[in-house]
Amino acid sequence: MKKKNTENKKILLSHGSGGTAMSTLIKEMMIDKFDNPVLRQLTDSAVLPPSGNKQLCFTTDSYVVNPVFFPGGDIGSLAVNGTVNDLSVMGAKPLYISCSLIIEEGLDMDILDKITTSMEKASKKANVQIVTGDTKVVERGNADKIFINTAGIGIIQKNTILSAKRIKTGDKIIINGEIGAHGLAVMSKRENFKTNIKSDCAPLWDLIDGMLSAGGIKFMRDPTRGGVATVLCEIAEQSGFGIQINEENLPIHDNVSSFSEILGLDPLYIANEGKVIAIVAKNRASSVLAKMKKHALGKESSIIGEITNKNKSRVVLETIIGGKRIIDRLTGDQLPRIC
Amino acid sequence: MKYITEYRNKDLSHKIADRINNLLNGYKGKISLMEVCGTHTHAIFRSGIMSLLSDKIEHLSGPGCPVCVTPNKYIDTAIAYSRLGDTIITTFGDMIKVPGSTSSLEKEKASGSKVRIIYSPLESLEIAKKNPEKKIVFLGVGFETTAPLVASTILSAKDENIKNFFVLSGHKLIPPAMTALLESKEIKIDGFICPGHVSAIIGEGPYRPIVKKYGIPSVIIGFEPLDLLEGIEMLTKQITQRKKPSVENQYKRVVRSEGNKKALTLIDKVFDVKDSPWRGLGLLLKSGLSIKKAYAKFDAEKNIECEIEKTKEHPECICGKVLMGTKKPYDCKLYSKTCTPEHPIGPCMVSSEGTCAAYYKFKKE
Amino acid sequence: MCLAIPMKLIKIEGDKGEVELSGVKKEVSLTLLKEVEIGDYLIIHAGFAIEKLNEEEAKKTLAIWEEIGNL
Repeated sequence: MKKKNTENKKILLSHGSGGTAMSTLIKEMMIDKFDNPVLRQLTDSAVLPPSGNKQLCFTTDSYVVNPVFFPGGDIGSLAVNGTVNDLSVMGAKPLYISCSLIIEEGLDMDILDKITTSMEKASKKANVQIVTGDTKVVERGNADKIFINTAGIGIIQKNTILSAKRIKTGDKIIINGEIGAHGLAVMSKRENFKTNIKSDCAPLWDLIDGMLSAGGIKFMRDPTRGGVATVLCEIAEQSGFGIQINEENLPIHDNVSSFSEILGLDPLYIANEGKVIAIVAKNRASSVLAKMKKHALGKESSIIGEITNKNKSRVVLETIIGGKRIIDRLTGDQLPRIC
Repeated sequence: MKYITEYRNKDLSHKIADRINNLLNGYKGKISLMEVCGTHTHAIFRSGIMSLLSDKIEHLSGPGCPVCVTPNKYIDTAIAYSRLGDTIITTFGDMIKVPGSTSSLEKEKASGSKVRIIYSPLESLEIAKKNPEKKIVFLGVGFETTAPLVASTILSAKDENIKNFFVLSGHKLIPPAMTALLESKEIKIDGFICPGHVSAIIGEGPYRPIVKKYGIPSVIIGFEPLDLLEGIEMLTKQITQRKKPSVENQYKRVVRSEGNKKALTLIDKVFDVKDSPWRGLGLLLKSGLSIKKAYAKFDAEKNIECEIEKTKEHPECICGKVLMGTKKPYDCKLYSKTCTPEHPIGPCMVSSEGTCAAYYKFKKE
Repeated sequence: MCLAIPMKLIKIEGDKGEVELSGVKKEVSLTLLKEVEIGDYLIIHAGFAIEKLNEEEAKKTLAIWEEIGNL
């Protein structure tokens, strides 16, 4: 049974004006759901427990995805997992998240309710607490339904040194599963195709914690906007090494492959929201891979390539037929091709 | 993926590549193969097949990217329409970034013009129905593969009595471009890789007089790696074994020798063939399509009045020569310095199938 | 200007059909084709079926390649 009646109710400007309408909204939509001792203090800033001499990690991201609900997720779960993952790939255990909402006047209360419930579920699954936040309402037309900003704090685990400087020739490149699903799941709603593609939006800390304890991890990134190709180009440029990847070893599901063929898109450039790329020492790669495959989020993990001293600062792909081509950065939006 | 994955077999690819290279073993000199379809440009680079083939094969990219051969005036017209307060421009993706004389649709969109990227021309009709107070202008750019779709869309608009849908026709035909290239004699072409899906519409017929007159082997080829390799083998055989040049069809599973008669009838019904200006090739006789009088009420040029700025071309842009194959992207002063995918000056860099864009992305030399 | 993909026809409704490839489904226009049957593979370009894949020819080619492969 629903606790509150949000049917046919809409967000009004008064919900952002600082009065009782706003405090009721914040209580019902966020405080009661996210519920934790820090949040309950309701102070202007969240006072966090001391962290001793541990190294903090801090990140922020804004989420403006359209449509707000898509197969496999929504803007809420994305806002939590995206920030959790940005911390996780730095080797930082995510702990606290902030949640700032900019809501368009006229948004159905029902939609806000679904989104914040989704954030509650996502934060529980990711084992993080939403401890502070803000709510603003802008006039109709000045925001597209809802924009969310989340900032996150994590603590870098002992003895974790992740740096592009540690990368060496021969290191292997591992990804935890299929690529391209998130971007295409969002696009399928926009482009009017029926597909069974679901976003891979998921919190990665548990998987990454296991990977770090297996040892040999030198560097990690999450291939979100711009996809795997963009992350690999950045790594090649930062490290100065060459990267060789094999098209055969890229985990791509048939439905993603097909849909991207139809639209003329390249899965290598499509956003992922539950993937991590790890650069791993050669002699540790198989044990890291084995550990990843035991995790629910790593069953399709694959070694997709390696670091080389050829083609410095570039990414070269060995194609499915054994040819070679250079993978470059994405420039602007990947527009669905027709020609 | 049925009828796709089978054409991507690694071992077979190497075997066919070896056969091609063997054919060239005793051959003196190089052979230049030109493809005249942007999708072929993209497919060739994406598959990496050239890295499997002998240096004796020179791969030339011709004027097969419809966005690239569209002259500035068309883009300036589209931009002028977009600036009118009561229009929505609908277009395929690539056109958005192409620079006109002083602006682009992407820039106009950022300034408030309504420009929508669509997957199918039929979506324009849906948009027209939902926005009866606006004029929906579809940018009809593309070769013979796309023209029948636009013809069908215009006929649907007529059937459904849609009064606010218009097409700015920039459609062009491939065979006249092939003839113009051969007439120019500026580049040596030893064989044509003929466009698979254009040919699905037009069949083998239009290529025969070209082959007869100019003696250049032409093979209709599909787009998967094995299609490309098999087709290149067929071309290489014709050239190195000095056979009588002929039109061959590698893509028989899709291309019938008579083409798609129904699609051709639709094109005939809605369009007239006219002389048309091509970037790089100039005005080519009977190389473009304009909307017939009977369908004039869907013709943007006949129904929408506005001032179009004077056309200007960038003095140092050599897209025209690159499209002809007479210059390579790296011969251009602007290439990869001033003209990059982020800041394109010419259309060859904008379109994902433009030669300069392909070089920039896949080769970087 | 040729991006087109073979997809299987799974439904026909007048001059529109639904095609499918690896679970991806789309409604397309059949106005460019004369006769189609459920189960046909159609070449889809920008929301239209532009040709029917000739499965006989496809099988012939694949058989020839199988031979080459076995050499």
